[in-house]
Amino acid sequence: MEETSVKMLKLTIDGIETEAREGETILQVAERLMIDIPTLCHWKFVKPYGACRICTVEIEVHGKTRMVPSCSYKVRDGMVVKTRSEEVIKHRKMLLELMLARHSQVEVVRKLAHEYGVDTTRFEEMPSEQCINCGLCVRVCDEVVGANALTFVKRGTERYVSTPFEGEAESCIACGACAYVCPTGHITVQDIRDRKYVFSELALGPTTPIHIPFAAAIPGIPVIDSHTCIHMQTGGCGICSKVCEPDAIDYEMQDTFEEMEVGSIILATGYKTFDPKRAEQYGYGRLDNVITSLEFEHMSHASGPTGGAFVKADGSEPKSVAILHCIGSRDKNYNEYCSRVCCMYSLKIAHLIREKVPDADIYELYIDMRCPGSGYEEFYNRLLEEGVHFIRGKGVEVSQMPTLATTTPVASNSKLYVKCEDTLLGMPRELPVDMVILSVGLEPAADAEEVARVFKISSKADGFFMEKHPKLAPIDTLSDGIFIAGCAQGPKDIPDSVAQGAAAAAAAMSLIDAGEVALEPITSVVDEEVCTGCKTCLVVCPYGAISFDEEKHVSVINDALCKACGCCVAACPSGAITQRGFDDTQIEAELAALLM
Amino acid sequence: MADITTAEKSPAKLTKEVVRFEPRIIGFLCWWCSYAASDMAGTSRLKYPPNVSIIRVMCSSRVDPAFVMRAFAEGADGVLIAGCHLGECHYVSGNYKTAARISLLKKTLAQFGFEDDRIRLEWISAGEIRKFSKVITDMTEKVRNLGPLNWRENFEPK
Repeated sequence: MEETSVKMLKLTIDGIETEAREGETILQVAERLMIDIPTLCHWKFVKPYGACRICTVEIEVHGKTRMVPSCSYKVRDGMVVKTRSEEVIKHRKMLLELMLARHSQVEVVRKLAHEYGVDTTRFEEMPSEQCINCGLCVRVCDEVVGANALTFVKRGTERYVSTPFEGEAESCIACGACAYVCPTGHITVQDIRDRKYVFSELALGPTTPIHIPFAAAIPGIPVIDSHTCIHMQTGGCGICSKVCEPDAIDYEMQDTFEEMEVGSIILATGYKTFDPKRAEQYGYGRLDNVITSLEFEHMSHASGPTGGAFVKADGSEPKSVAILHCIGSRDKNYNEYCSRVCCMYSLKIAHLIREKVPDADIYELYIDMRCPGSGYEEFYNRLLEEGVHFIRGKGVEVSQMPTLATTTPVASNSKLYVKCEDTLLGMPRELPVDMVILSVGLEPAADAEEVARVFKISSKADGFFMEKHPKLAPIDTLSDGIFIAGCAQGPKDIPDSVAQGAAAAAAAMSLIDAGEVALEPITSVVDEEVCTGCKTCLVVCPYGAISFDEEKHVSVINDALCKACGCCVAACPSGAITQRGFDDTQIEAELAALLM
Repeated sequence: MADITTAEKSPAKLTKEVVRFEPRIIGFLCWWCSYAASDMAGTSRLKYPPNVSIIRVMCSSRVDPAFVMRAFAEGADGVLIAGCHLGECHYVSGNYKTAARISLLKKTLAQFGFEDDRIRLEWISAGEIRKFSKVITDMTEKVRNLGPLNWRENFEPK
């Protein structure tokens, strides 16, 4: 329907005869024919603006020639377009000369001018301005994002881009779209977000709203982060759905909840790392070159933000690195337990740094080296041979200025000073380093408490799930049929987690295999002779296991539903209910025996 | 009657200085939390006074107020009832019923001159072994200071 209603127009571009739909611009048609027309203020997802005029082409309609901006000029029937005629080149050269006068240091202008052989300008040169007033940012913020946080201020030669009233724009959602479209780099992510550029990548979060959760995700399908997606915030943008040819983008998709009936449950809900911001003395989040071990892993990854290069926040290579063990572990102020994995991964980090920066000074500041495991001690010895400095003493503070009188300050403004007590030398030390890596400990997952409540299992004092018996039943919980595995039970390394996971799977299988579950014979029973039919028990039973027999006028307990709490026994005013194994006479006998 | 305490009636206070009074306390512990905590406290070699004798129940709501009375009648000087934290009951809502029953019982017994500290209701989860040992120590000390209950002399009809 739509196809037939659109009128097709015939036109010639650079001698090529072609057809175009009514309403298309010359630039759109030229792009389709792979004809290159330079642009500065054009982006196909915002309305044409015609600010830079660099896309000017020569057209001939009814024998008349004119110069028009191809980005906004709509095609007409019988039109002849020349995109590189002498007149056009002359026109563009003039524009570029004018631009050079005001934007001589702008890379994109210089490059374009150079392409056209324009390296100098005949006009009076003004101090170079980075913003070329293309208005892309203003239009993107308005048309695509819908936030309207940017606007032009003043007119004519004094015109510039700013926020409303030149203050902090309240409607800005910090999406970064303006920085993305800015052709000159005048707006950078640094300006609009209070984040460091290289290291913002290291925040381990999605760098764009659309991303594949992690490199080896299964299925490897991109997802949209609803918290940062512009469309979900303002209803604007929608660019992904415009460019996606199979039309696979669905903004309306919601989380779905599914209920399953299962015979046994394995809880392997993992852990979270200690947030080093809680330990302010290490300067994490405050000092540029203090990162966590996990951020180092991210950086060290070949597909990471730096392509695997180990760099400081300013992009230069660190020559000295301190790795601080036990951050948030073995510390009365945070967690008293040992996180078990940090010693080994800290050694691995040192090894990787040695590989990437062979001449770097690497310091490991440890309380004790805990390397029990297959090949672990050998790896520690290897690191000793690789010339890593091991200092027995916990790092206590990271600062930009030396704090000890004995420290000789290093003539560099980006050094960090790590204070520690070298317990082998028996003296405080302060190490000037370029970079600090915090080996953060393991903590119960953020929602561990809720998970424990939902599954009615117990947690230990440190918040990890409690096993039925620390030695004899390390995968069982007090609730039959619920098993725990991995770091949900407590910090452990990969081999231990795999072993426990396999054991939990086997335990779950054996339940399924048996096909039936033996209940403990401790359910409650009603003595029909004694029951008065008051129905008190019906109210207190949390499982609805008690029903009322109207005919006999007595309560009846369903053995399969009864979970044996004994609540009804204590509630029964006539003493008609007894709990097998816990009946009144038994408990009273216990009492008598204990108090004899 | 309400303002006469058992301690005033009992002669035990006089002898307290000479021989330290060892109270006998009965603890009704929920199998899912406090009992597990007591077990764990044992495995962890935590120290607490040996004055509390433990009776395991499946849920604190199994504790019939009559058991508490019976314990006092049999010679206990204090009774501890411990269950899961509110909202964490293994049996959904048993501990709420316990809370209601025990507070009623406390009110009733107060009218007979029972000191508040003789009956104690605590929520102790399986992981709170330190809390468990603290509660036991604290309760033992409090009941020790109150002196023996002397049920026979004070409460049984002559």
